[in-house]
Amino acid sequence: MIEQFIAGLVTLFARVITAVRAEWGAHLPDLRPRVYFANHASHGDFVLVWTVLPKPVRRKTRPVAGAEYWLKDRIRRYIGTRVFNAVLVERDAEKRTADPIQQMATALDEGSSLILFPEGTRNLTEVPLLPFKSGLYRLALARPGAELVPVWIANLNRAMPKGELIPVPILCTVSFGMPVRLREGEEKTAFLERARASLLSLRPREHPRP
Amino acid sequence: MTPERQTIFLFLAIGCVLVAATAVGMVLARRRGDLPDPMVDNLNQRIRAWWLMVILIGIAFLFGRTGVIVLFAIASFTALREFITLTETRRGDHYALVAAFFIVLPVQYILIGMDWYGLYSIFIPVYAFLFMPIIAAIRADTTRFMERVAVTQWALMLAVFCVSHVPALLTLKIPGYEGRGLLLIAFLVLVVQSSDVLQYVWGKLFGEHRIAPTLSPSKTWEGFLGGIVTATVLGAFLWWLTPFTFIEAGAMALVVTLMGFFGGLVMSAIKRDRGVKDWGAMIEGHGGMLDRLDSVIFAAPVFFHLTRYFFAV
Repeated sequence: MIEQFIAGLVTLFARVITAVRAEWGAHLPDLRPRVYFANHASHGDFVLVWTVLPKPVRRKTRPVAGAEYWLKDRIRRYIGTRVFNAVLVERDAEKRTADPIQQMATALDEGSSLILFPEGTRNLTEVPLLPFKSGLYRLALARPGAELVPVWIANLNRAMPKGELIPVPILCTVSFGMPVRLREGEEKTAFLERARASLLSLRPREHPRP
Repeated sequence: MTPERQTIFLFLAIGCVLVAATAVGMVLARRRGDLPDPMVDNLNQRIRAWWLMVILIGIAFLFGRTGVIVLFAIASFTALREFITLTETRRGDHYALVAAFFIVLPVQYILIGMDWYGLYSIFIPVYAFLFMPIIAAIRADTTRFMERVAVTQWALMLAVFCVSHVPALLTLKIPGYEGRGLLLIAFLVLVVQSSDVLQYVWGKLFGEHRIAPTLSPSKTWEGFLGGIVTATVLGAFLWWLTPFTFIEAGAMALVVTLMGFFGGLVMSAIKRDRGVKDWGAMIEGHGGMLDRLDSVIFAAPVFFHLTRYFFAV
């Protein structure tokens, strides 16, 4: 109850600051378990995706996040596990007690959708999108039936750059693309490259600079 | 007539025009049947936006001066975020942008509320002009420095400084026109916006020769001339709202419609440069705040200063 109230406050705040607008394109929100994979440049990224999802879909959509960050103190633990209901994975392979891919697959089996950042970390560079880690491929291999939906988050890194306290109310958009599926016998590199290209194609047109 | 009665009469008249326009829009939509017609859809969207605009301004008028100042402060905020969104700012601009949104904008409107002409007329052109690049320079990011600073200045001038000259009309002290400042705002907004609509209508009906095909394919000489002339005549016949005579009201209307037209042209050039069709997506299928405000932005400061110079004490 209180968790839903906090979640409501967080999404309201996101709406007020960014006036976020969803571009669904041909993709429409659906209650089936899906994997939304998005570019990652700001701490607020998954909140923004979450905000534009319709409420019933949002309740069944869990972000995949780093355990070391969200388990650091009691407040984060509460928000991460109770409010956002995140699938917390250990990024450091040596400290792992559970297989992250198995954790994600279990969540999908339970009927949840996932929000995943296949770059593995926040992109603080000038290039639009870092190379993908192999997690997306291994998840697709584990659950070949799941639809992988590319999601491009535009401008949030401008509204809330790293290390800044006060956000600037720049308008943000969240664009959804056509689902990608692992093809029969597709190699890891080829699949990841295809998924990455489908995400990049959602990026708003770069303004031509002379 | 008392100012209150004039205001009520004016809003009733606008309401009648909008009811008529809505009826025409419905007839056109019915006649079209199931065939898609972008022109009719666009017309009906415009009419809906007009209703919204008139209702919002009406509510603001009910709250008097404070209501109008708050309404235009919100309009400035929305316009500023649309403008900044389309520019290429960097992390080094963050403090400057925070200052623009959360300090410069509110201070400008508070100064207008305080009736402090000596400061609100120079606050952005002098103080923001000098301090914004200082803030940006402190962050020591020199990539495209001049371009980034210039764009932020432009954004503040257009979205905040120029827009704030609409509520600033309330601070003018015009002999024999006490307590009627809201009607002056109504005159300006009505003439500029109806000029936009009339240019659109004339252009759709008779438009053939394009003025600036690369800039704005919908602007034609026929639309321009027809729109300016009819809006000027309309403005002259609204003289009873203003401190002007019939001829003066017509001359003022001519100036603001011309400024409005060129404002639309300049804002189109910026949109072309940024590779977008509309400034935002505030109202479904209707563009953003700046798409509606572009002509007001260019007309308001000139209208303000002409009125101040010739009519105010």
